[in-house]
Amino acid sequence: MNELLAALPTYLAAHLQLSLAALAGGVVVSVPLGVLATRRPRAGRPLLAVASALQTVPSLALLAFMVPALAAVGAPSIGWLPAVLGLFVYSLLPILHNTTVGLSTIDPAILEAADGVGMDARERLRRVELPLALPLIIAGIRTAAVWTVGTATLATPVGAKSLGYFIFGGLQTRNYAAILVGCAAAAALALLLDGLVHLLELGARRRRRGLVVAGLVGLVGLAIAASLPTLRQAARGGPRPLVVGAKPFTEQYVLSRIVAGVLERATGLPATTLDSLGSTVVFDGLRSGEIDAYVDYVGTLRAVILGRTDVPRDRAAATREVREALAREGIAVAAELGFENTYVVALPRAQAEALGLEQIGDLARHAPGWTVGGDYELFHRPEWQAVVATYGLRFASERSMDPSLLFEATRSGEVQVILGYSTDGRLDAYELVPLVDDRAALPPYDALVLAGPRLVHEYPAALQALQALAGRIDAAQMRRLNAAVDRDGLAPAAVAAGFLRELDARP
Amino acid sequence: MIALERVRKVHGEVVAIDEVSLAVAEGELLVLLGGSGSGKTTALKTINRLVEPTSGRVSLAGEDVRSMPAPLLRRRVGYVFQRLGLFPHMTVAENIGVTPALLGWPRARIEARVDELLELVELEPASFRGRSPAALSGGQAQRVAVARALAAEPRVMLLDEPFGALDSRTRARLQAALAKIHRRLGLTIVFVTHDVVEALLLGDRIAVMRAGRIIQVGRGRELAQAPADDEVRALLTEPLEQAAAARARLAEGP
Ligand SMILES: Nc1ncnc2c1ncn2[C@@H]1O[C@H](COP(=O)(O)OP(=O)(O)OP(=O)(O)O)[C@@H](O)[C@H]1O
Ligand SMILES: [Mg+2]
Repeated sequence: MNELLAALPTYLAAHLQLSLAALAGGVVVSVPLGVLATRRPRAGRPLLAVASALQTVPSLALLAFMVPALAAVGAPSIGWLPAVLGLFVYSLLPILHNTTVGLSTIDPAILEAADGVGMDARERLRRVELPLALPLIIAGIRTAAVWTVGTATLATPVGAKSLGYFIFGGLQTRNYAAILVGCAAAAALALLLDGLVHLLELGARRRRRGLVVAGLVGLVGLAIAASLPTLRQAARGGPRPLVVGAKPFTEQYVLSRIVAGVLERATGLPATTLDSLGSTVVFDGLRSGEIDAYVDYVGTLRAVILGRTDVPRDRAAATREVREALAREGIAVAAELGFENTYVVALPRAQAEALGLEQIGDLARHAPGWTVGGDYELFHRPEWQAVVATYGLRFASERSMDPSLLFEATRSGEVQVILGYSTDGRLDAYELVPLVDDRAALPPYDALVLAGPRLVHEYPAALQALQALAGRIDAAQMRRLNAAVDRDGLAPAAVAAGFLRELDARP
Repeated sequence: MIALERVRKVHGEVVAIDEVSLAVAEGELLVLLGGSGSGKTTALKTINRLVEPTSGRVSLAGEDVRSMPAPLLRRRVGYVFQRLGLFPHMTVAENIGVTPALLGWPRARIEARVDELLELVELEPASFRGRSPAALSGGQAQRVAVARALAAEPRVMLLDEPFGALDSRTRARLQAALAKIHRRLGLTIVFVTHDVVEALLLGDRIAVMRAGRIIQVGRGRELAQAPADDEVRALLTEPLEQAAAARARLAEGP
């Protein structure tokens, strides 16, 4: 809990910075667009239609889409920029919509009076139309503010720091206190922002300068507080800290901290971790140099960079093939850790023992009456097809869900069998037993520490230090590390530190 | 000072005014009198280009009103709307000072002018300057609208039924105030009403409108003595007959 609270200010500030930047952009763009839309209805209608259409795109997808879109134009494609762009797009509609409605519902008699006293179009807009539309425009900004703060939690998978760090991480590591901290902080932030904008509105409407000043001081104060960490970082100068990426599951959180620890010791530079990144986001980040290292798996890499979706027969050949492809991208394989994280077919131990199930093939008899659960990708992946084909399994239904819920679903009986991950600490935590893949349908997923161009070229010593990790973590060890987080509730950083101390003690 | 020459305005199928010609002398108060829908408002609005005629010509002090940008023209012409049109987000003082502000008057001059006008329309400046239009009675709002029209010292004022929907005492006070302003400042005024008594009281001359046309123009007495047709006669005599009948009923008593 203390560790959570210690990390809170950093992520809160980053979350605020992201939200404020997106919101400010939204206001600066939407209000003039709203004015344009009411002046030129022919341009305005399509404009509103586009904004509405963008709004219907699920926010997570919108943020994720920004990554390849930015990469395509050669801009920094992970982290702050894609997040702020996605949120900005998301904030457009409520402001644009309310501005148009506010401007087009003014009493025509008032508009005629404005003409009658001698205002030209500009003066009428500034002195009459905008002031009268202000309450609605502000209402739109308030809606956008609440949405933006809420949606900014989804910036974590694209590599931007936000309160989503606590929510994504907490879900994966069954740390409900973290989820609560993230949600409560986001809610408080949304209320605060909403309140400050409301204060501005009240002040403008009742002509109370004090309220306007209070609202402005609050907003500017928040903006300054939010940018302090960035400014301090900039003032400190020196080389950018090394960044180690992690995908959204426990094993990645632990391994990224181990790698970061090794890098810090080898280079003397601070090394930070960037958690809960999307699978393609983290690889793209490594290739573009925005991330310096992370751990990935042969099977995944083979699919992502080689586009190979078949199940390889020869394990060593597959690894060699991936190494060569990575080298062409300027990425080095610093170490093979010594374990594989593959899909395993698992079910509750009690059930397996009662029915005498040991091998995947034994499932064939029961499958037609059972539901199988897997992560979002699984049922589209060749591994699943291989399992089904090899063992002739036909389940009553297949259900995709978030990995964090998959295990819970076995307990509640919503699914009878899952495809989990071989090193997952939750297999033990939920008393699940993996079935033996006796006909080798599932491909090898050896874990590799990847090093990006910056380590390869500028920090050869760091690369060497990472090589010391080769063969140091076997599957049992990895499961222990995972369980220390998932079952015992330790922080990934603490588990990583413990492992590094042990490593030093060993010859 | 003001001249309409064969002015016509058509909204699709509807002919709002048709071949309206009218000349208003400098310093004159001309009343446009007519029933609902007869085209009074339309004719009035062609003078400051709130309505652009379909055909015909409107001139002000000898110049075609189209010879200058509409906003500049309108700042020189005071206008009181049938529905007043006070700006709800501005105070009384800001409403009155709006045209001077557009003309770039210095702030102090605007403030002094606002006080002067509030006194003129008999509203206590200290009490009314800072009020919102929503906090005014109907009669007070109409005074503010008149003050706003006068603010930039126009030589020409256009008033569209400014005293409608008021009790008769308030209306009489405002009519008297307007007559006084007209005399003191020597303004040229076009005043729209459908009330004959008001027309007879205020107008130097009266132009009677019906169905988009001007039927007759002249002093009140001339219209009564030589009405152009039965309808004009009825228009002028009916209120007299009604007043006589009402008086008779009063005399009979309960
Ligand atoms: N914008 C418009 N579109 C269509 N018809 C209009 C428009 N403006 C005025 N008219 C029509 O033109 C005619 C004259 O209207 P106008 O407003 O000038 O009458 P008015 O004499 O001022 O009536 P009132 O005493 O009721 O205010 C009416 O029949 C009205 O319906
Ligand atoms: Mg009218």
